[in-house]
Amino acid sequence: MAKKKKDIHTISVKVANKPGVLLRCAQVFARRGYNIDSLVVSAGVNPKYSRMTITAQGDPETLEQIIKQTAKLVDVLHCEEHTGADSVTREVALLKLKSSAQIKSAITKHKRKYGLKIVDEGEGAIIIEQDGTTEELDEFEELMKKHGIIEMVRSGKLVMALGKEPT
Amino acid sequence: MTKKAAKSTKKAAKAPIKKSMTGAEALVKCLENLGVEYIWGLSGGAAIPIFDALVGSKIKLILVRHEQGAAHIADGYARATGKPGVVLVTSGPGATNTVTGIMTAQMDSVPMIVLTGQTISPMLGKDAFQESDIFSITIPVVKHSYLVKKANDIPRITKEAFHITNTGRPGPVLIDLPKDITQGEFTGKTLDPEMDIPGYKTADKGSLKDIKKMAKLFNASKKPLLLVGHGAVLSGAHQAVAKLARKLNAPVTNTLLGKGCFPETDPLSLGMLGMHGTAYANKALVGCDLICSIGSRFDDRINGKNDEFCVGAKKLHIDIDEAEIGKIVEPDAYCVGDARLIVEELVKHVNPLDTEEWLKEVKFYKKEFPLKFNDDKGLTAQRVLFDLQELTKGDAIISTDVGQHQMWSAQFNLSTKGERWLSSGGAGTMGFGFPAAIGAQFGCPNDLVVAVVGDGGFQMTLFELATVFIHKLPVKILVIDNKYLGMVRQWQELFFENRLSGVDLEGNPNFIKLAEAYGIKGVHIDDPKHCKTRLKEALDFKGPVLIHAEVIKEDNVFPMIPAGRSASQMIIEPPTTKLEKPTGST
Repeated sequence: MAKKKKDIHTISVKVANKPGVLLRCAQVFARRGYNIDSLVVSAGVNPKYSRMTITAQGDPETLEQIIKQTAKLVDVLHCEEHTGADSVTREVALLKLKSSAQIKSAITKHKRKYGLKIVDEGEGAIIIEQDGTTEELDEFEELMKKHGIIEMVRSGKLVMALGKEPT
Repeated sequence: MTKKAAKSTKKAAKAPIKKSMTGAEALVKCLENLGVEYIWGLSGGAAIPIFDALVGSKIKLILVRHEQGAAHIADGYARATGKPGVVLVTSGPGATNTVTGIMTAQMDSVPMIVLTGQTISPMLGKDAFQESDIFSITIPVVKHSYLVKKANDIPRITKEAFHITNTGRPGPVLIDLPKDITQGEFTGKTLDPEMDIPGYKTADKGSLKDIKKMAKLFNASKKPLLLVGHGAVLSGAHQAVAKLARKLNAPVTNTLLGKGCFPETDPLSLGMLGMHGTAYANKALVGCDLICSIGSRFDDRINGKNDEFCVGAKKLHIDIDEAEIGKIVEPDAYCVGDARLIVEELVKHVNPLDTEEWLKEVKFYKKEFPLKFNDDKGLTAQRVLFDLQELTKGDAIISTDVGQHQMWSAQFNLSTKGERWLSSGGAGTMGFGFPAAIGAQFGCPNDLVVAVVGDGGFQMTLFELATVFIHKLPVKILVIDNKYLGMVRQWQELFFENRLSGVDLEGNPNFIKLAEAYGIKGVHIDDPKHCKTRLKEALDFKGPVLIHAEVIKEDNVFPMIPAGRSASQMIIEPPTTKLEKPTGST
């Protein structure tokens, strides 16, 4: 996709699982005019803590402030930006498409390349699950647009640092 | 955190637990154990259980007249003593009335605990009577906050709140307490449990590598300048800063809130810098080849135009808050940690510098561009504050409001000790000065406390005159009355062709009669000749006094660096040509 990729940042935040922590983190971004594109929060292996993955757009200088201000919050253990080189990212999408022979053949054709799985085939509609990188999800969305997408939801980006240390 | 404050928070004695206790009683016990002397508050339905638990407590409950007053009083107490001020209010409007006070404390890194009553838990989010989501409302202006869900969490939360508010970079902490929780039974096993704040980091002594890097730059400098801010005052870095200045032979300037960290009467001191700082401090800022900020955050009132700030000079930054490093100024070297500990270490690594030429230059600026005023047109605010300085010699605690009088007071009332200068710097909150002086007087009952306020700001929180009267606080309230919102009038005169809009305070009360109506003595001054004697008479009076200083209506604060300009564009004398509108933040 032709989005300004340079300005999209992936940030991981480890937080203590306390009430209001999401609000506090979101406020740090909002106050500085940063748009959050996606935000994923889930409890970690130790449910005392949660991991957030945030993708956001804006200039790098403001981002540096945002990371420091987020890291400073009492309930935040750490906050870091990740690049493609030091981490893996994945995203999941669910797409609802009009059921047709044409669609089905397109799915079969792209199944392997785009990590597709049919999760439901109902009357007139088919729901596909896609698992891959954000770029792969963007590409497949583009391909399917001409067939007409009824609905699409995406999980938002998940990030994990490479190597033996936790993110 | 000062040593004094550290001691008081560590006092948490382990009291035996009563057999049956409410959440509110547990809360009050915890506050007692944490050494809380005073609570400033205003009652209301959702907070009644807490007020009830205070009956018979050794904590003194002070009933104020407005919740904003309570917050500023607690703030003034904290600034004067180093101990967190505690506020107790009810839900809804009681809670929202504290927001300005909380924001003021947050902007200036002041420790404060705000306890808010809340509707009962089952009614949360159902628009119950006097329900406000104060937890969410205050998120941008608190260091941390809590919504209590179980009575048994109260001791842990209280302990964490007091720890957080006054360690690291201090800031206000709010605890929202639903009424069913404070009224409900406390069945916890201890009032002194373990804290659970794994993400919270306090300050340390800084990295030796970073300190050595700074020292190297100092040792190569010929024209160093130290800039001390509130952080240096808060960490008790006074002696360390003095040692550093003397070893380096470097001049020292201070921010509005850094007043008193290094004595402004010292020959090495240049007083306050920035928008309305001394001309010599701003000239030194332009001339230095190295500037080292110790606990200041390069506020826009100091920097003016950022890309023209200390061009060519090496910039060093010592701050407790990593987020301040590079926020405004990209430093050549920096160190994150406690200012006192860092400066103490830094002193060991710097060499005495040959700054003779530099000090000569600075001395020339001091001689050539002194602060000045005259009595030609009648009584000026400067005359009043100059005489106040003559009478108090920096020994009084001065609490100012916001505006022209604040800047003049900063210029003429020289501070020689930290924690003696209380002023709303970051927030610029009008209405702060008078209640903050009350807080300082509660905390320092034997000290002379002077509230230096304007006629505009004083009228925003003057209802606390009742608090002064009831508690016989000998606060001296110096109202500098020019019948204008003077600072804005000054801007309108200088930058808006003197089109005055919304600044005329026509309808001011008779301040002397107003004071008398509250049972407080009034003293009137309107002549420069009698100013000092009248002031002395007022300061010598044993109880509270309101001094009404009726000054000339139109006067401007100089020097002035228009917002968004650099120090080299400072206006020292009243300008004769039309000025461009300022482009800076405010």
